[in-house]
Amino acid sequence: MTAMDREKITMAQALNRALHDALAADDSVVVFGEDVGTLGGVFRITDGLTATFGEDRCFDTPLAEAGIVGVAVGMAMNGLRPVVELQFDAFAYPAFEQIASHVAKMRNRTRGQVTLPLVIRIPYGGGIGGVEHHSDASEAYWAHTPGLHVVTPATVADAYGLLRAAIASPDPVIFLEPKRLYWSRDEVRLARPVPPIGTAVVRRDGKDATLIAYGPTVPVALQAAEVAAMEGRELQVVDLRSLVPFDDATVCAAVESTGRAVVVSEENGFAGVSAEIAARVSERCFHRLAAPVRRVTGLDIPYPPPHYESLHLPSVDRILDAVDGLQWEYS
Amino acid sequence: MELAAPVGLIDPHGEPIANSGYELPSVDALCEAYAAMVLARRLDEQADALVRQGRLAVYPSSRGQEACQVAAVEVLASGDWLFPTYRDTVAVILRGVDPVQALTLLRGTWHCGYDPHEHRVAPQATPLATQLPHAVGVALAARQRGESDVVLALCGDGATSEGDFHEALNFAAVLRAPVVFFVQNNEYAISVPLSRQTAAPSLAHKAIGYGMPGVRVDGNDVAALLAVLGAAVRRARDGGGPTLVEAHTYRIAPHTNADDAGRYRPEDEVRRWRERDPIARLESYLTSRGHLSEETAAATVERAEQAATRLREGLAVPVEPHPADLFAHVYATPTPQLREQEAMVIDELSREGVSP
Repeated sequence: MTAMDREKITMAQALNRALHDALAADDSVVVFGEDVGTLGGVFRITDGLTATFGEDRCFDTPLAEAGIVGVAVGMAMNGLRPVVELQFDAFAYPAFEQIASHVAKMRNRTRGQVTLPLVIRIPYGGGIGGVEHHSDASEAYWAHTPGLHVVTPATVADAYGLLRAAIASPDPVIFLEPKRLYWSRDEVRLARPVPPIGTAVVRRDGKDATLIAYGPTVPVALQAAEVAAMEGRELQVVDLRSLVPFDDATVCAAVESTGRAVVVSEENGFAGVSAEIAARVSERCFHRLAAPVRRVTGLDIPYPPPHYESLHLPSVDRILDAVDGLQWEYS
Repeated sequence: MELAAPVGLIDPHGEPIANSGYELPSVDALCEAYAAMVLARRLDEQADALVRQGRLAVYPSSRGQEACQVAAVEVLASGDWLFPTYRDTVAVILRGVDPVQALTLLRGTWHCGYDPHEHRVAPQATPLATQLPHAVGVALAARQRGESDVVLALCGDGATSEGDFHEALNFAAVLRAPVVFFVQNNEYAISVPLSRQTAAPSLAHKAIGYGMPGVRVDGNDVAALLAVLGAAVRRARDGGGPTLVEAHTYRIAPHTNADDAGRYRPEDEVRRWRERDPIARLESYLTSRGHLSEETAAATVERAEQAATRLREGLAVPVEPHPADLFAHVYATPTPQLREQEAMVIDELSREGVSP
């Protein structure tokens, strides 16, 4: 198969290929975490890596998230490029202090003398019927912490490209993998140029209103746009890809082209990333807006049990209701 | 579980202790340690004085712990790494870091004032025990890269209660990392005594649960510390894995200048520990055996005095703040948002007539 060939693969396979290719390309890359070795990860993202690259390059650790991240900090201080897996969003919290106080601050506190090129992969978000503590949308914690890059792919191709970019980055990257998109499938060409971290992309054009989404909510926003089109309303969809750095330029240009915006995110809305986006768009695009920016987010509740999660997650209907509320009567 | 007596080679009166299981370090090594301890104490006192003069924001003293500060540095080779805490400024300086750079954190002009790679000294850790997993990572990376470097990580008795202490020791043992964990048990975590940190017979006993050797040592006996830490470093370098060393010592000064130690410990206790002074003990041993002349002792004091003068003079030079520094090192390349905020701050300053 040549590099130009297109292949139909899942997001999980694309992530696995990104790790494989990074390990092959750079001896300083190491992959570790809980169950990532023999088992290949609970989502099989590290499948086959230990067999291919050996125990030194991909290995299981004790079950201790602060330890995993803390050890990665030390390895990155001493010349390696660690890529660690924290098994589920809510199981990343034990590592919070290491991430907020050390991963995020090391470059700044040493005036750039010590840099931490490391990637923290976190399978994240809901929609897979997970029991308690397996479905949190935790992006606001990381996006609020200066010194971290926060990235989340919404497509199979971006999953590969963004993970390669994250591993190549000189800065620490929180890489949020939307669990419910792991099995999404697409025909992709992995050898295409890697998208730079910090750039949003317009996934669908439309003149009437802009849906701003990222990670797990991008496919939902695209479905909503599909339905709206049948009803005669053309919705534009922006996929942020990177929460930090935030691509104000692309987002503002998109919103200004339509004059209406809805932010779609599955996190709890209060004090979340979606609130930040709504504020930024309001501050920067106010004179081009025909209506206040709306948000469609998860509810402000602890993530619900599987039987209730469809009520919590942004749905096509909830998005279309929000779009309907964008003061069309005045335009 | 029985509490083993701490390893000691020279008793508080300066007399050698037989049958400790460790060999007494060479006279040269002891003389070197003596000079370093004298320097350590003088710098510590000078730093304390600089707080009173308003030149330092705060200073956590290591007075009384000079044997630990010196031994932690003396046992390392140049390629090895030291992971210090906020109380180990003296060890940082003894490792070769410029004193003014070392005191940047406590002066408040930046968080870390030295290049950690230059002398292989990690930034001083202010949170407790969080540096220990970093030390394990540095050690594992060294091994992965085929280097024989060893890491010595410092922490205090209070830090042994933190989860990161447990995770770091467990990782190190499972992965056989070339690390020495060196706990300076100075009996208090600010005001809280050791009995409130642990019900274990000793901190060294914790090593049993991790499957690594744990050694208790008299923390005011630099000869014993050099022997025990030296053996632990050799073991790590030879692939034997990590060791936990607990030095029993005492913080003679309050936690920092802002602390009132009289609220939680009796003066009588401090007096008893002053009688176990690590410098006087070694001085007595060396002098009585003709290894330390009055002239040499005086010259040692003089050199320490010169170092204190240089420190005073160095900290008298004002540091100009550069607002752009706030934005320069958050990321390799500042985000567009940081560039906007930098422009805002520079604009504010220029309107106030300050050139940034």
